Amino acid sequence: MMLSNTILWAISIPLLGSIGILITRKIPNLRETVTLTTAVILFLVVSTLVPTVMAGERPSVTLLELVPGLNINFTVEPLGMLFGLVASGLWIINSIYSIGYMRGHNEKNQTRFYFFFAIALASAVGVAFAGNMLTLFFCYEILTLCTFPLVTHSGKPEAVRSGRIYLGILLGTSVGLQLVAIIWTWNVTGTLDFTEGGVLEGKVSATVISVLLFLYMYGIGKAALMPIHRWLPAAMVAPTPVSALLHAVAVVKAGVFTVLKVIIYIFGVDTLACISEDNWLMYIAAFTLIASSCVALTKDNLKARLAYSTISQLSYIVLGAALANGLGIMGGSMHIAMHAFGKITLFFCAGAIMVASHKTEISEMDGLGKVMPITFIAFLIGSLSVIGLPPLGGSWSKWYLMLSSADAGYTIFLLVFMVSSLLNIAYLMPIVARGFFSNPKPSKNSHDDHSENIGFWHGLQIGTIKEAPPFCLLAMTLSSLGCIVLFVYADYIYQLLAPITGLK
Amino acid sequence: MLSGLSSHLPVILVVLPLIAAPICVIFRSASLAWLIALIASWLCLGISIFLLEQVISNGPISYLLGNWPAPWGIEYKVDVLSAFVMLIVTSIGAIVMVFAPKSVQIEIPSDRTYLFYTMYLLTFAGLLGITITADAFNLFVFLEISSLSSYVLISLGAQRNALTAALRYLILGTVGATFYIIGVGLMYQMTGTLNISDLAERMPDVASTKTILIAVGFITVGIGLKLGLFPLHVWLPNAYAYAPSVVTAFLAATATKVAVYALLRVYFSIFGINLFSALPIAEVLLILGLIAIISMSTVAIYQNNAKRLLAYSSVAQVGYMVIGIGMLTITGLTATILHLFNHAVIKGALFLALAAVFYRIKSVKVEDMAGLGKAMPYTMAAFVAAGFSLIGVPSTVGFISKWYLILGALDKDWWLVAILIVVSSLLAVIYFWKVIEYAYFKNRPDGATEIRDVPLSMLIPIWVMVGSNFYFGLNTNFTISAAMKAATSLIGDAP
Repeated sequence: MMLSNTILWAISIPLLGSIGILITRKIPNLRETVTLTTAVILFLVVSTLVPTVMAGERPSVTLLELVPGLNINFTVEPLGMLFGLVASGLWIINSIYSIGYMRGHNEKNQTRFYFFFAIALASAVGVAFAGNMLTLFFCYEILTLCTFPLVTHSGKPEAVRSGRIYLGILLGTSVGLQLVAIIWTWNVTGTLDFTEGGVLEGKVSATVISVLLFLYMYGIGKAALMPIHRWLPAAMVAPTPVSALLHAVAVVKAGVFTVLKVIIYIFGVDTLACISEDNWLMYIAAFTLIASSCVALTKDNLKARLAYSTISQLSYIVLGAALANGLGIMGGSMHIAMHAFGKITLFFCAGAIMVASHKTEISEMDGLGKVMPITFIAFLIGSLSVIGLPPLGGSWSKWYLMLSSADAGYTIFLLVFMVSSLLNIAYLMPIVARGFFSNPKPSKNSHDDHSENIGFWHGLQIGTIKEAPPFCLLAMTLSSLGCIVLFVYADYIYQLLAPITGLK
Repeated sequence: MLSGLSSHLPVILVVLPLIAAPICVIFRSASLAWLIALIASWLCLGISIFLLEQVISNGPISYLLGNWPAPWGIEYKVDVLSAFVMLIVTSIGAIVMVFAPKSVQIEIPSDRTYLFYTMYLLTFAGLLGITITADAFNLFVFLEISSLSSYVLISLGAQRNALTAALRYLILGTVGATFYIIGVGLMYQMTGTLNISDLAERMPDVASTKTILIAVGFITVGIGLKLGLFPLHVWLPNAYAYAPSVVTAFLAATATKVAVYALLRVYFSIFGINLFSALPIAEVLLILGLIAIISMSTVAIYQNNAKRLLAYSSVAQVGYMVIGIGMLTITGLTATILHLFNHAVIKGALFLALAAVFYRIKSVKVEDMAGLGKAMPYTMAAFVAAGFSLIGVPSTVGFISKWYLILGALDKDWWLVAILIVVSSLLAVIYFWKVIEYAYFKNRPDGATEIRDVPLSMLIPIWVMVGSNFYFGLNTNFTISAAMKAATSLIGDAP
């Protein structure tokens, strides 16, 4: 009973926070305090569930019966625990960053921004703790809708256009494919509960499983498999904190998280392994992985490059799930956390650069590392983690993913992972190198000499150093430290996930 | 069983608004007429809630007018289906009446306001009569009462176009009623009775005769005209677009629902399910429904008038309902009956929100709604929330309807149907989003007068309606169990 209350609190806290944000809208400092407090409380509440889940229990709470036999149910299992921790933990850091960014960038309608952000977090936690596919679908759709005002925050025509792509693809795939898959599953199995070993085994033919797999995988648009990845670059029109937490962590991870959930608990890893002879999903994921890395190489806009990098990294997770063995699930699940910390750091840096020096294109960033050393060091750490080099978190998940492909006997995917890592180096490292080793070109940007924009909220200036606002710096320091901490403490994640992967 | 006064409730339900109507004419005072209409609507709501409870716990109620036994006298009969539809009509009427006075004040000349309430009460009585009567000819009478008075309601619209819209509806509506009565006449010729259960008893003997088959055709076309069944819907968009806003909200949420009810009654309570093996009606309904949901949703995308846009959307939604009938399964019929209720609260909320918009800016053109997201935040938020329900976002009633409809299609392995339903809800996203983008991403034109949101007397009814979209989308016990009971009894009516 206690624990079911905890689950309900975890979902209601951000909702209550959103109301608090509305109430305190006239006093920005108080409003931001509400956001930060809500984030911290949420993280603490989510954390209290960890020992129970580690001990093998699955706390659960059922709310309403929607259709006879179908409930709104929340059940915490290891994978959801991990996603819940990552999303709520990074919300704290991201809130710190948001304060620096939104004020430094003089954004309008900040109350609306914080309000929908809190609701997005509530739905992300809902996705994490969903106990059946219908509940997950609910939260998934709400997550799409409440992030729409964040994507179109500026209200400019290009934001509206991007908003259309965002909503069109995400709603179109989820209603058009995922919902059909869910109702079909319900129709043949009579259950949508997430069940260990899956619910489809023995109920349907291999062909139907393949079709369902297609409907689910392309119905989960948030996982950004090609060719339905276009919404993610489009979403980059949003303010950077949105891109950082939502489009590198909460929303996209909700997508791959759903992929993992569906494969583990609806299809069942073993069921999927049986049909893996013609498992096209692996090849699509591998293709997306390589192709989007290549696209990332061609992008000069930093956020666009990071967006394509995210698409590629998401496919790591999908590929891990598609390999359908314990190691793949382990690597994929771990990558949710590892990539989250790495990529959020990179986005923090991109936003910091935008606020402090008004630069968005990589080609303009020559010598910027000398002006913004902290930002560029954080960028270096984030990059190394995304590439997967020790001593950073990202190395573990790649390790397990590569083990998994070896284990499944697909040497080709070993190669894919390796080529992709090289591509990661090729599109991330030049940015750092450019920042530290190139000399700045004579500036055409009149913003550079604007010194009136310097102040506590707008940036830090010491001698030749002209850094981002302190709040931004604090956030990126925390998240890059997180990358290092994750390397050392990856074992905890392993222990948490071990029961669902069947690994010791 | 019912005793004392409560045993007469079935007839009071119809007689009350019927008597209230001429009283409004006697007083000729707008505010008094409103008060009478309001009280009558709420009393009827109370009665129908009571009847529904009775029917669910004790089974169907039969009421003999003037105590004449059934085949000779007129019988009123309340079962779960009719009580459910009554509840839809009365609750929409009750909420719309709370909303009405301010909106009516600016849209209808004050010297004719009392006529509006009179006509509303007549329509209300007619619609309730259709749902409660167990007599095929009496049903025609009520159909005409509700239709004739709704022609007047539509013609009260401020623009001159309202007159042509009403005339067109009058012509087609009369054709529909005539077709229906021809069908009833043919049935009478073959069976010698007009009582629905009596008809059902005698029908098997004559079911395969040409006369009966022709009667089915006439009745289908006749009611099809009333319910805006594609392609018999041509009167509907203009009628909805040019009628006074309150009238649109009331009619859109109730009139087509009652027509669907009449269709269900005739098909399943008179002819029984065997009818569908004699004639390809299910197939025809299915195909027309599918064409409706795709083509009408597409047409809706290109509308500039928000009311007309929603009117086309209504024709598409009627398509969902007849698709459910075409499935001929309990799941399919459950979806249809559920959608009667669900679509009523969806469209009720949307049209009331538009009525509030018209109250402030005197227009419901989509481009005139630019910037309303800021200017009328509460009204537009209600519009968005109800729109989510129209699209079928989870946690709304629209989702539940769609769930059952798709489930019904998958039950029968109708893949194409399931896909088309999904495609149509995506089209709904497009036409709905058009309004959203104008309201939230465009600014009010320069020099436009400052406007505030509408007063609470309008906001509360709107939000009650929106709230029920979410309440019944999450707490589905009542609607689903009632719809399932009704569907089971309809299919079970088959001999």
